[in-house]
Amino acid sequence: MNIIVVGLSHKTAAVEVREKVAFSPTQMEKPLQAVVALPDITEAVIVSTCNRVEIYATTRDVAGGMARLKRFLADYHNVPLEMLESHLYSYHGEDATRHVFRVASSLDSMVVGEPQILGQIKTSYGYAAEYKSSGIILNRFLHKAFSVAKRVRTETKIASSAVSVAFAAVELAKKIFGELSDKTVLLIGAGEMCELAAKHFINTGVRGVMVTNRTFERAEKLAEEFSAKAVRFDDLFDHLPKADIILSSTGAPHFIIHEKDVEEVLRRRKMKPMFFIDIAVPRDIDPKVNNVENAYLYTVDDLNGVVATNLEQRKVEAAKAEAIVEQEIGQFFKWLSSLEVTPTIVALRNRFDELRKAELAKTLSNWKDLPPGAEKKLDALMNAYMNKLLHQPTSVLKRTDPGNRNDLYVDALRNLFDLGDAATPQEVMVDLED
Amino acid sequence: MNALLFNSTLVIYAIATILYLSCLVRTEPKVGRTAQLVLGAGFLVHIAYTVDRYFEAGHTPITNLHESLSFFSLATVGIYLFCEYRYKAYILGSFVTPLALLILAIAATFSGIVAPLNPALKSKWLTVHTVVAFLGYAAFAISFGVSIMYLIQSHFLKKRRLGPLFQKLPPLDLLDAISYRCLTFGFPLLTFAIISGAIWAETAWGTYWSWDPKETWSLITWFIYAALLHGRLTTGWRGRKAAMLSIVGFLIVIFTFLGVNLFLGGLHSYK
Repeated sequence: MNIIVVGLSHKTAAVEVREKVAFSPTQMEKPLQAVVALPDITEAVIVSTCNRVEIYATTRDVAGGMARLKRFLADYHNVPLEMLESHLYSYHGEDATRHVFRVASSLDSMVVGEPQILGQIKTSYGYAAEYKSSGIILNRFLHKAFSVAKRVRTETKIASSAVSVAFAAVELAKKIFGELSDKTVLLIGAGEMCELAAKHFINTGVRGVMVTNRTFERAEKLAEEFSAKAVRFDDLFDHLPKADIILSSTGAPHFIIHEKDVEEVLRRRKMKPMFFIDIAVPRDIDPKVNNVENAYLYTVDDLNGVVATNLEQRKVEAAKAEAIVEQEIGQFFKWLSSLEVTPTIVALRNRFDELRKAELAKTLSNWKDLPPGAEKKLDALMNAYMNKLLHQPTSVLKRTDPGNRNDLYVDALRNLFDLGDAATPQEVMVDLED
Repeated sequence: MNALLFNSTLVIYAIATILYLSCLVRTEPKVGRTAQLVLGAGFLVHIAYTVDRYFEAGHTPITNLHESLSFFSLATVGIYLFCEYRYKAYILGSFVTPLALLILAIAATFSGIVAPLNPALKSKWLTVHTVVAFLGYAAFAISFGVSIMYLIQSHFLKKRRLGPLFQKLPPLDLLDAISYRCLTFGFPLLTFAIISGAIWAETAWGTYWSWDPKETWSLITWFIYAALLHGRLTTGWRGRKAAMLSIVGFLIVIFTFLGVNLFLGGLHSYK
């Protein structure tokens, strides 16, 4: 049995193409069942996100299966296959496994290390499990992908650093304050970047937000949007001591907050640390503020620097992650090959043979007055009996007609007779917990 | 038996220290958990050593430099384990366990022979005075380690050097809170140790205070920590300033304890 994947992603297709073949998450039953109904396709999982559309399937006929999946993708969405063909990639066997491990570990993402993709694949797998289009092989396949992703996440720092300026600001604030839930953010002026950063802080959970602007009406409008408190610009220094995190981006041509102001403000708030983020160009906050005890000032360039370092760091971590993926591919294939028929039949025969020999030896050792030649006859009897017992299951296993799920029988046999390498019930069960 | 327990403690603490230090460069959470378990095991062996010594000597084993340093180390590890449990930050151990190990290693260089107790020390105050004093010292030791972390972390933030070590160390405010918590725990103990010492001095030597070098330096220590706590409550001595003062305070604690004993002599000398 072979695992194949056919699909396209942000690396091979522009959004105009991707959106044409995307599957709606609310209607997964129909396409999933249509795929498993295709000739020679036994299991299927469809992953459809804004960055990729992929169909994973198991088949006995790799080339034919891939062609059928491609045809299905085109026909289902009424797109000419010729138009799609150049954007599609297809993998089988080891390459398909490497692909799913990399996708789940977010190594194939647009922003390497972003964590959403794992959840999206889990949801996709959830549909496949719900509509029973995935079976023993794809179950194990995806569970392995989830565990690889988890290993990558815990053993590398691929997703542990911020790669956007707004997020970097939040991460830094956490390094100063720890918990942000009792901290107040003050927004001075308005600007896209500033508002984005404010939103990040609100999403992380801060106690309160204050907004101030030269035009009070604009401050009020923004305050309403963030359910924040509007403050008059002239009262800025009255409110500054209440703020822990200050986001500034006014259009002022000169500094509006100076070293002396900050010294005074810090005294008034008993030296509790303050985090200034200056996103304005030209700058709003005198760089000397960073010299004030317990005041930390970061400009947009500093934050860009943080992001650049983090992206570099991610590249290093990605290399570690790739090594983990390679390791795990080997393990998965060991299991997959155990599902092959011939080695299972050999293992089963060996197991029966062992039992036969052991029982025979036990009987003969207690049997003193055995007539000559009887030993041979007993052996032959046992052998014939064993062959008769094994004949039927063996011939069923060897059948290759379509629809015969001998991978299931193989796994069952390995379980029933303890032949090793069987999937555990937990792995066969759907487990969507983290 | 006694020597075996002591040496085992020394070895286990050394292993724990190596593990904690490797937390600074390794990412696997396993390392931290293992370090915690090893240190916990070392702590139990250390307690066994101290209890065993108590029964062998027949009095609280804090009567010579070896015993005092060993108890100092024990108290530091004990309070540290509590902090780690309370604040869930095993990275603190990277800065505290080396200190506990160092103190115990110094203890090892002094003779561990159980000697008959100096008649002047035969008093129920021995236990109270010394145990309380060393618990206070231990709290200051942890505040010292945490304050060093604070200075490092604050330096990284100011200079925008946000490397892997920066990522590992806890947030500034948490470090500040732990250090402060340790001081508010240690300060009353130090106060109590000085008062109980004065009472004991009155019963033993007939005078509450005799300006013996140890007494003088203890008083200096007390004033430093009192100033630190007072400054924090009134004008907000926080952050770097508080961290530096806590470091200075602990260095004076060490001098009060070791320096006075080894160089200045006086009534508190173990000689």
